[in-house]
Amino acid sequence: MRNVTKVFSNGTLALRDMSLDVKGGEFISLLGPSGCGKSTALRIIAGLGAPSSGSIDWPSSKINTKGLPEGDVGFVFQDPTLMPWANVFDNVHLPLKLRGVSKADARERIMEGLASVGLADFAKSYPRELSGGMRMRVSIARAIVTRPKLLLMDEPFAALDEITRQKLNDDVLRLWQQFGMTVIFVTHSVYESAYLSSRIVVMRARPGQVFTDMQIAQPAIRDHDYRNSEGYRQTCQTVSDALQRAIHAAEIAS
Amino acid sequence: MNQIKTIAVAEAGTDAAVAALLPRSSTNEKVLRVVIPVLALSLAILAWHLVVTINGIPKYLLPGPVDVVIALFTDSATLWPALLVTLKITFMALALALIGGVGLAILLVQSRILELALFPFAVILQVTPMIAIAPLLLIYAPDTQTALLICAFIVAFFPILSNMAQGLKSVDHNLLNLFELYGASSWQTLLYLKIPTSMPYFMAGLRIGGGLSLIAAVVAEFAAGSAGQGAGLAFRLLESQYRLNLPRLFVALLMLCGTGIAIFGLTSFISWLTLHRWHESAIKREN
Repeated sequence: MRNVTKVFSNGTLALRDMSLDVKGGEFISLLGPSGCGKSTALRIIAGLGAPSSGSIDWPSSKINTKGLPEGDVGFVFQDPTLMPWANVFDNVHLPLKLRGVSKADARERIMEGLASVGLADFAKSYPRELSGGMRMRVSIARAIVTRPKLLLMDEPFAALDEITRQKLNDDVLRLWQQFGMTVIFVTHSVYESAYLSSRIVVMRARPGQVFTDMQIAQPAIRDHDYRNSEGYRQTCQTVSDALQRAIHAAEIAS
Repeated sequence: MNQIKTIAVAEAGTDAAVAALLPRSSTNEKVLRVVIPVLALSLAILAWHLVVTINGIPKYLLPGPVDVVIALFTDSATLWPALLVTLKITFMALALALIGGVGLAILLVQSRILELALFPFAVILQVTPMIAIAPLLLIYAPDTQTALLICAFIVAFFPILSNMAQGLKSVDHNLLNLFELYGASSWQTLLYLKIPTSMPYFMAGLRIGGGLSLIAAVVAEFAAGSAGQGAGLAFRLLESQYRLNLPRLFVALLMLCGTGIAIFGLTSFISWLTLHRWHESAIKREN
């Protein structure tokens, strides 16, 4: 993404000259205070709303009519965003159905997707019958059913309790390692970003732009022990300091 | 005109009363749910019977329940064909209203320009009392039956149109983004997202439209004043009144009431069938 600026129709400057170079296989967290434009940036990457200026460049040559690489992007919203009238299986089928893949042909991939989030037994359930955490898992299964090279997640676990959140963090890490995809993860949680990411991009508000961009040295295996380790604590400390400075910079500017 | 209003109010009242009697419950309560209404209704009929016999009220003022039941059999040759005529108008009007209302709603949400262009017509047609258009329709329509059909159609059409249009617009914007992200065509978005989203709204429109089409079929016939072989129940009602044949009038009322209940039951059942797996309005809760 190059020099992207986004001005909303009401005159709000959401992003100014934001540039971000994403390498394949990275797990990037966009971290920042609310109103810093991190969700806006994510949506622009997803092609939901064009930038006012600047561009998104994709390495892939196959670009569809919406300017997105064909079948390469999955998106997880802050809410599970499931269709309440369809059961779990049909909800996960949706991205494939929209590409004309029939239920029978998609069955194997759907069940595989559901199994990878531990919901193979709930294919026939309806969203309302599931807990908040399970709904979010369905949403993740739906996002990875197309085998995207890039997975975009917009504060997916913000509404969940801490225990569920930690479990889902582990799930996302496992899926990232298993499928070797690139993840861009929007969050406002220092701990979450420090736990998950291989790279953390701290953003500032007014105007929204990249404040600090840091690589995180992470062990391959992250589990409960890692949460208690000195390395994790130090990462949190560093990230937290950077976030504080970003917030401070925005306050001076306003 | 007063008569007409009374009937319309009575019809609406039936709907509300039945709706209030559809709670969620245990087995014990299920029995009560059947027994108590039946008992209450039986008591009311018994009271009616007693009032008539004890006071010796003549049949042409207030027939007792027994007289009404007798009339149901003796007058059936006159009344059943009339009921059929009314039913035919009601259901044809409802069917046309469903096709027209849903079709137009889909067109309206697909095209902003069309929506703006048709908006004034929709408002004018909706706010003009249907009964006031009836005389005009009688002049332009080829025959009375067609005029009645158009009246009933106009009345049933608007709740279906406005509910459906509202439903099609009530799409979760995140889901809409998701469809956009996966490159869904506008046809796919309509079929897989907008129409399913609008189902609860459509069902509300169907229940209202179903009840209204019967009311409109009756009211329109009062206004049109049809007669003879092709006459519906409303004409028979008026005719019975002129002839002071009150038992027959009561039977005709009973038939209209029964039809109204049947339509309400049918539309509620269709609604339940469609929504009970997923929509809040149709789901029983334990707590």
